[in-house]
Amino acid sequence: MADLFEDYRLGPGWDEMFGEPSMPRSTYEALHATLQPLSSAELGIRAEVLARAFLDQGITFALKGVERPFPLDIVPRIIAAQEWRTVEIGVAQRIRALEAFLDDVYGAGQVLADGVVPRRIVVTSAHFHREAAGITPHNGVRIHVAGVDLIRDEQGTFRVLEDNVRVPSGVSYVMENRRAMAHVLPEVFAATRIRPVESYPAQLLRALRAAAPVGVNEPTVVVLTPGVHNSAYFEHALLAREMGVELVEGRDLVCVGNEVAMRTTAGEQRVDVIYRRIDDEFLDPVHFRADSVIGCAGLLNAARAGRVTIANAVGNGVADDKLLYTYVPDLIRYYLNEEPVLPNVETYRLEDDPDVLAHVLDRLDELVLKPVDGSGGAGIVIGSQATDEQLAAVRSLIEVDPRGWIAQREVALSMVPTLVGNRLRARHVDLRPFAVNDGENVWVLPGGLTRVALPEGALVVNSSQGGGSKDTWVLTDVSGPAEEAPVEEAPVVVVPSPRSPDPGPSAGPVAVQQQQQQQSAREAQC
Amino acid sequence: MLSRIAESLYWIGRYVERAEDTARILDVHLHRMLADPWVDEQTACRSLLGVMGVSSVDGPMSVARVVGLLGLDEHNPSSVVGALAAARENARGARETVSSEMWETLNATWHGLPDARRRVEQQGVHAFFRWVRERCSVLAGLTDATMSRDEGWLFLVLGRSVERVDMTARLLSTHVRAGGSIPSWLTLLRSCGAWETYLRTYRGSLDDRHAAEFLLLDRLFPRSVFAALSSAESCLAELEPDPSRAGVATDAQRIVGRSRTNLEFRGADELMADLGSVLAGLERTCSQVNDAVSRRYFRQTSAVLWVSEAVA
Repeated sequence: MADLFEDYRLGPGWDEMFGEPSMPRSTYEALHATLQPLSSAELGIRAEVLARAFLDQGITFALKGVERPFPLDIVPRIIAAQEWRTVEIGVAQRIRALEAFLDDVYGAGQVLADGVVPRRIVVTSAHFHREAAGITPHNGVRIHVAGVDLIRDEQGTFRVLEDNVRVPSGVSYVMENRRAMAHVLPEVFAATRIRPVESYPAQLLRALRAAAPVGVNEPTVVVLTPGVHNSAYFEHALLAREMGVELVEGRDLVCVGNEVAMRTTAGEQRVDVIYRRIDDEFLDPVHFRADSVIGCAGLLNAARAGRVTIANAVGNGVADDKLLYTYVPDLIRYYLNEEPVLPNVETYRLEDDPDVLAHVLDRLDELVLKPVDGSGGAGIVIGSQATDEQLAAVRSLIEVDPRGWIAQREVALSMVPTLVGNRLRARHVDLRPFAVNDGENVWVLPGGLTRVALPEGALVVNSSQGGGSKDTWVLTDVSGPAEEAPVEEAPVVVVPSPRSPDPGPSAGPVAVQQQQQQQSAREAQC
Repeated sequence: MLSRIAESLYWIGRYVERAEDTARILDVHLHRMLADPWVDEQTACRSLLGVMGVSSVDGPMSVARVVGLLGLDEHNPSSVVGALAAARENARGARETVSSEMWETLNATWHGLPDARRRVEQQGVHAFFRWVRERCSVLAGLTDATMSRDEGWLFLVLGRSVERVDMTARLLSTHVRAGGSIPSWLTLLRSCGAWETYLRTYRGSLDDRHAAEFLLLDRLFPRSVFAALSSAESCLAELEPDPSRAGVATDAQRIVGRSRTNLEFRGADELMADLGSVLAGLERTCSQVNDAVSRRYFRQTSAVLWVSEAVA
């Protein structure tokens, strides 16, 4: 039988499955052993089942108003327990440092006075909102949810690509991917100990409840969505459903006297915590874009008065400005007195030093150029793949506004076998782990969203650029206990002893049945 | 429950019922038109369109055009396909409230519509209508089996009941409009899926009075106008936790209750004598209930538009 991996070629960059051709790494052995004997037709059938399930369940993202299924590749990505430990510690460390930084820039500003980060960088950030100054969250948390994008470089080292501490999306696919994969690859699940991901909504709800305003014991939590036409609407609905809270749109909310309420069939009901999935600019037309019809007027004042908690906090964008990203290792040393666990990708700041700028402009065709306030892969220019016109265009943009850009070394992202057509091919992936901060502890979901760039050689893995995703398996330590934190202590349930099901009505005594049969037999003979 | 969500659930109930009933009505009428050589296609088609609320259509009428207008027009929320699409769109906006299984059924149905269209071309309309009925039944079953009997369910069932009254009244109107001959009572009973039950109930005797009595007044048959009104009435009663001291608490309850007693206490003979206005009254009732329910439970101020003004 043909080997499914027979013509699989290792690409540039770290291959997650193979150390060398045909030799799977130990973490991938069970998966490899299951896939190898399958024919490409069999694998194709399973992939179709997977796609069909996603379509039926409406697991989609909207691109330019058209709903599309978010393609899930059938080959999962596997991360060993120790590797994950590094990711977990490194991500939590960054979140703690960024929390301290946000508290500082919207408060005392010590980090600016000490010259660790130039004041200029903060105040020129498009996402620094003076409106947020002076709003101090009750439990100190501003980053309730974070998605930190990681890549593995050519040596297999995880590096941070960017931080997302505004409204990171994608966690719903982490949960849905797992459910779907368990249906189509049950045999690998049986042979592998994978850490579960379904506790995310419970962890998120706990963090949101912990962030409730002072004096509210039983907070009403809601998820605020822009509406069904938003690209991440599927996720908003899933989170609301799995947390058992209302999914509201701006028009469902009303602010009066710094109190926020939602309109229900029984009148207005108070809201205490809003997990908003709307950008700052659209959140509150009183303070931001006056033409926003998806926000709710008065939210920010209610938050300032401490009557409602907005999660994530307004103004967080200053912490994921890509220029600030270059300072995060310093921030970790400054606030935590620790060395960064996860290194950044080598990055050039373009406005400090004319020599650096000149050096970068000379080598545009070798570097990756990113606008500092972009998201979703928009505006990124990969020098080696760009045309001369594109390079000239980005050069003039950078010359006009060096503050608006960073340049990074082009990293050959790690690769994972991916079903393309009916064969497996090496494709580049990244990883977005999700962290939840409840004020005492930064919890990192053991999994995360692995995005895969489907075109050969493509390095931009964003879903808006035609990417797909992979289920991401974090393996357990063989020795360690299952360390999922129990959310609530389970009540004792008394299960009644099983009994056999009630029998249905009988067809009458055997004699009756026999006579019925004889009767029809005799009729047939007549 | 959020007003917006309550409204969505109410409309899911209405649209799914509309899709199913329209499919039933079309199926039976088209079948009769084809099977009965004495039916004038033009007249029968126009009559059917008029009853279903499509009056201003120019040009020669044909069965194919009726199927296009009432069956497959995706932009018309009164056509079968349009109603299913509208139900799905409402469910999408209320996804955290409807059960996953209900959502998946609606969503898969919606995704199946292009195939269904092909089915019309290849296997004829009947196969399409049967598919629609099946999908609606699956949904009704899942609503029954997976939805908690809370406010959301009450709104969904309320919507379904209101629509059922409306559609059954329209169905009966097709009979009155055509001068009481086309379609026959047999056709009407079949449209409602009531034929066999009717035969069992009246031991096979088919006459106008009994058929009208069955579709309007039967207490046990779930598609009768009386049963649907009663079901709407009890949903409305449950939505109001405190009954008023005198009379009933809300406009909607008053309207439905009056309509129900009007049927109940007039008896079949009197109803038959005045069938046209009875049916028109029922259609009016439905639109009044709809307004009253919207005013009481779904009222939403529209989104506020903030305009920044230059300071003088």
